[in-house]
Amino acid sequence: MSQHGRRLWLIIMIKLFIMFAILKLFFFPDIMKTNFKSDKERVEHIEKQLIINTDKQK
Amino acid sequence: MDNINWELVDWSRAQFALTALYHWIFVPLTLGLSFIIAIMETIYYKTGDEKWLKIEKFWLKLFGINFAIGVATGIILEFEFGTNWSNYSWFVGDLFGAPLAIEGIMAFFLESTFMAVLFFGWNKVSKRAHLIAAWLVAIGSNLSALWILVANAWMQNPVGMEFNPDTMRNEMTDFFAVLFNPVAVNKFIHTITSAYTFSALFVIAVSSWLLLRNKNKLYAKYSMLVASIFGFLSILATIITGDGSAKQVAKYQPMKLAAMEGLYQGQKGAPLVAIGVLKDDNDPQPDKDIVGLEIPSMLSILAFNDPNVFVPGIKDLVHGNEEQGIRSYAERIESGKIAIDALAAYKKAKKEGNTEEAEKQLEIFKDHFKDFGYGYYYGKDPHTLIPPVALTFYSFHTMVILGTWFLILFVLVYFSLMNNTIERKKWLLRLAIISFPLGFIAQETGWITAEVGRQPWVIQDLMPAMVAVTKIETSGVMITFFLFFVTFTALLIAEIKIMTSAIKKGFNQ
Repeated sequence: MSQHGRRLWLIIMIKLFIMFAILKLFFFPDIMKTNFKSDKERVEHIEKQLIINTDKQK
Repeated sequence: MDNINWELVDWSRAQFALTALYHWIFVPLTLGLSFIIAIMETIYYKTGDEKWLKIEKFWLKLFGINFAIGVATGIILEFEFGTNWSNYSWFVGDLFGAPLAIEGIMAFFLESTFMAVLFFGWNKVSKRAHLIAAWLVAIGSNLSALWILVANAWMQNPVGMEFNPDTMRNEMTDFFAVLFNPVAVNKFIHTITSAYTFSALFVIAVSSWLLLRNKNKLYAKYSMLVASIFGFLSILATIITGDGSAKQVAKYQPMKLAAMEGLYQGQKGAPLVAIGVLKDDNDPQPDKDIVGLEIPSMLSILAFNDPNVFVPGIKDLVHGNEEQGIRSYAERIESGKIAIDALAAYKKAKKEGNTEEAEKQLEIFKDHFKDFGYGYYYGKDPHTLIPPVALTFYSFHTMVILGTWFLILFVLVYFSLMNNTIERKKWLLRLAIISFPLGFIAQETGWITAEVGRQPWVIQDLMPAMVAVTKIETSGVMITFFLFFVTFTALLIAEIKIMTSAIKKGFNQ
């Protein structure tokens, strides 16, 4: 493999490691999946976000 | 909006913008170079001339560097949807998920499978199979872009869906209405052809650099020939679809059009700003005008194919214009508030088992749903619904001026090659090199026009950014913003370094 090829594979590996092992794991949870157990809870949360919070604006 | 954390909204938007703008450094080269490479390989396949093989392998190497460094940077945008824009992600439901899933299954696998054949299949598969792989890589890359742009177009013009108040999500009712959304069709062609233009500029710039150094002159000139024709056809398509986009914007996002043109007071036979500056862009009560060169009636023609038609300005849209049948933002805010209240009343009636009341509220909600997003501005100054005019105006005009220049450049390069005078025209070669970063600026200003011009909407008229954002700690968003900045900058530096080193070696490696 050429020097360019080796460097590129190294960059790809480091990049994927940063993205999936650091960023995704520690900084980017899927809020709707991790914070709520069921769709019912998710719907209630969204209701709160989209409807109830607006009442405070009155 | 008193309970809105604006710092969080702004940082979340900045984070998304940074990621998208960086991601778009790598994408256009992949989209366009893949086709240029496929064209070169086709010429090689047809002629059997070894010089085309050498030419193709050089550009394939640069394509590979860009692909390796850029690949998967777009996944970060999907991370952000789940973490920073969770209200939005839930609200759009399968409308956003379906195109992205199709992209993953169909386009990504098509692209990556044949990418392996393209890079590692020399002498292992037949010439014909290799050629097919080259074209499938190009088609696969562009199909990936299609689904992303379909999703983006839906946000600009939400069609083919119905909001389900029980699940609080939008549900797709017509897949083909989403796919063939007029905004999507235009946006896709406009975006990919602009990416092709950018790639053609890249090939011409690198070839010009080699010519200025008297290196690989023959290969450089043949590369420029392919790129100048490909670039010329691409920029023509970009201009034609740009005109189509203007018509779509006039129809579905009139405020964006007014901001693009700095048009505060609507008029019949509205002029188009050829070149100009906005007067006083700090005035919160807009009463602005343009200083510069305007083409009379041209905006009316471009937007509605009629020189006498009325084009609404920012003031008409905010305050309404009865004569032109334009509803004021105050009216739409009132209507949106009725929709939100009806939704709340519907949910309450449902919980209490009051079916009759629930049905009544649902009807009210449906009648006012088209103004749903405006309801979040209840009791607020309607001027907050105006996008950043100066940024939209200058971005749009920068893109248009640069696009026009690229058209001229491709013509100049082509005729200089045909006359065999390109080597003597050092000024043209230098201009061609400078035009590559200008191509990048044109790409990014195009996206800024499209995205900043539609603020505050994440989904046009239905969901503003302040509602779409997840209520998380602002400090967390700031940390990831800087993490991305460092990571992407490192990737960009790596790309430039490796690419420069490969270019310096030229075709003889």
